[in-house]
Amino acid sequence: MRTTRFRILSLVLALGLFVLAGCSAGPTSTTAGTTTAKPAAAIKIGGIGPLTGGAAVYGSSVANGAKIALEEVNALGGLQFELKFEDDEHDAEKSVNAYNSLKDWGMQILCGTVTTTPGIAVSAESFKDRIFTLTPSASSTSVIEGKDNVFQMCFTDPNQGIASAQYIAENKLGSKIAIIYNNADAYSTGIYEKFISEAAGKNLQVVSTTTFTDDTANDFNVQLTAAKNAGADLIFLPIYYQPASLILTQADAMSYEPKFFGVDGMDGILTMENFNTDLAEGVMLLTPFAADATEARTVAFVAKYQAAYNEVPNQFAADGYDCIYAIYEACKKAGITADMDAAAICDKMIAAFTAADFNIDGLTGENMTWAATGEVAKAPKGMVIEDGAYVGMQGGN
Amino acid sequence: MKLTKTGQKRLVSNSITYGMVVLAFILVQIVDSTGHLTSSLRGQLVPICAYIVMAVSLNLTVGVLGELSLGHAGFMSLGAFSGVIVSLGLRDMVGAGPLRLLAALLVGAVIAGLFGFVVGVPALRLRGDYLAIVTLAFGEIIKNVINTIYVGIGPDGLRVSMSDQASLGLGETGTVILRGPMGAVGVDKLASFGAGIILVLITLFIVLNLVHSRSGRAIMAVRDNRIAAESVGISITRYKLTAFIISAALAGAAGALYALNYSTVVARKFDFNTSILVLVFVVLGGIGNIRGSIIAAAVLTVLPEMLRAFNDYRMLAYAIILILVMLTSNNDRLKQLRWRFIARFRRGTPQQEVDHE
Repeated sequence: MRTTRFRILSLVLALGLFVLAGCSAGPTSTTAGTTTAKPAAAIKIGGIGPLTGGAAVYGSSVANGAKIALEEVNALGGLQFELKFEDDEHDAEKSVNAYNSLKDWGMQILCGTVTTTPGIAVSAESFKDRIFTLTPSASSTSVIEGKDNVFQMCFTDPNQGIASAQYIAENKLGSKIAIIYNNADAYSTGIYEKFISEAAGKNLQVVSTTTFTDDTANDFNVQLTAAKNAGADLIFLPIYYQPASLILTQADAMSYEPKFFGVDGMDGILTMENFNTDLAEGVMLLTPFAADATEARTVAFVAKYQAAYNEVPNQFAADGYDCIYAIYEACKKAGITADMDAAAICDKMIAAFTAADFNIDGLTGENMTWAATGEVAKAPKGMVIEDGAYVGMQGGN
Repeated sequence: MKLTKTGQKRLVSNSITYGMVVLAFILVQIVDSTGHLTSSLRGQLVPICAYIVMAVSLNLTVGVLGELSLGHAGFMSLGAFSGVIVSLGLRDMVGAGPLRLLAALLVGAVIAGLFGFVVGVPALRLRGDYLAIVTLAFGEIIKNVINTIYVGIGPDGLRVSMSDQASLGLGETGTVILRGPMGAVGVDKLASFGAGIILVLITLFIVLNLVHSRSGRAIMAVRDNRIAAESVGISITRYKLTAFIISAALAGAAGALYALNYSTVVARKFDFNTSILVLVFVVLGGIGNIRGSIIAAAVLTVLPEMLRAFNDYRMLAYAIILILVMLTSNNDRLKQLRWRFIARFRRGTPQQEVDHE
């Protein structure tokens, strides 16, 4: 009896596996291009980011954005590309594993990683192997430090901190500033440290600095009371939008109404479920991308993205989109073909990216150029939330 | 030298265990030299060694000592970060990579062993599941404390701060090793597969010899019947502590090996999930079965990578495979089949199953 039951159980489970395998090869598959393989050989781009786990929203957005760009580029009929996106669960070990398995696949250019810690581990490997790397959103300087073949599409964390301090000082947004940041998060801490040092030089008065960690991100009354008691009229939030939404809700509950100033992690707050977007009115943020901008390319991208994935793209999706276009333009300029090996492509791509006349107009910035260090130069956009939508801030640079 | 029958059996069993590891090493070298080793597998060789050491050392606590530890990753974390600090601190003084690796492994083991002592002294005096609770808390505390520590190296030596990077006061010439939540960055990749295999062999040597020694028998006596062990004059706490500290120290060495294989390491990696992962290796390999731990750690580390073809459903498939393994290994009918097979092979009467090898 037991063996029969066991046989049935294993059969069912094995069947389940096949069904799952079938599903994953369907529309949810992120290996774009494999189905639309052209007779002409395609340049193989590898992507790495978290598609499962707590940070999956960032990885999936980049993968989706990149996929849209890839289809557009391939439709132009010139250079053909193939993209394979591997999951790293936001973990350095898994990310290096993903990188190695992409290498076995024959990756020629790396578009990754999405998150910072895996990015540091993987860029060390791609530097050693001479594979050109363009990261959409790994924003720490450690990702590019000392590696001539690693470039960033996003601002570095320090740059965001400096830009925020300058923006607040130049536009006289607040006289007494409180900061609430996540001291267990590399992104948040990185911005905070540069903001503090820049604020000192700009004569900004920081009256309260409080912290939280991922484990304590469910109550901010202590931090808000400290800010209120110190008389802060502007709260700087270099954090992601999930905790920020709770801060806004709790500040409203204690009828404390300072100005709130966020960075690009704040993007996404308007599309958050179960959040009263009225509370976000007047919140200011520095972000390279706004989904409701009226610029033609952004409108087209948002429409395409919504049709394909049924959600509003965030800046990570835009970063992924821009990465593919930047790679495409550089490949075109450097005369790269699919039969070149990764090391040869790497040298040509570095030359193309750092060339004085190389610039990209993308969704996350116009006239983007790259320094030899790998840092991108683009202007941050100051946005303010009015009537549930981003509006360019007055005096924005 | 004359060996008793059990002694002979043990010699054969130990030789199989060591031989298996050496054979795996030789096989990989052969495949590598003929150019057939995929980058994917090559990249996993060092983590596999680290996880084998973790699993074998945890098996000492869970299988041989019979106490549940849910914070083994905490000791790994301590070993990882102290190993990284030592290896970077010695960069200017000691040129040779292997020497720095050795120093990192030793310091990692000593620091983790020390903390094993601190955790073990109060927890192991008690009966019941206290060690599980204390180690669980310990792992989380270590994670959160390391998240707030900043360590830098300047001209006048190491500097440590608990607030931020600026307060290290390193100036222009110093380098920051540990940056709080950003973890350690710019780690030199010193670990190699050869070093990993040597660490696995040393671990096996320590654990197998301990288990078959007088102390080992005392430890197992404590596990099987505490009152009986006490009645013949075995010091319960002493033997429990011995096993637990050795287990912690080996985890520390594994952590140092693991950390020195990547250019960055963060405290978040060594969380509760990693502790459970290692516990899964031990349980699936067979509690108390050292050889089983080695095989389970190696197979279950490689498995998620083999399942990459499943894309987003990879971890689901992984979980289903784990459940299937549990079901088959505990199925009476299959066990009988296996014994019958072994019996036919040996042409003798069915053997009793040996649980603790």
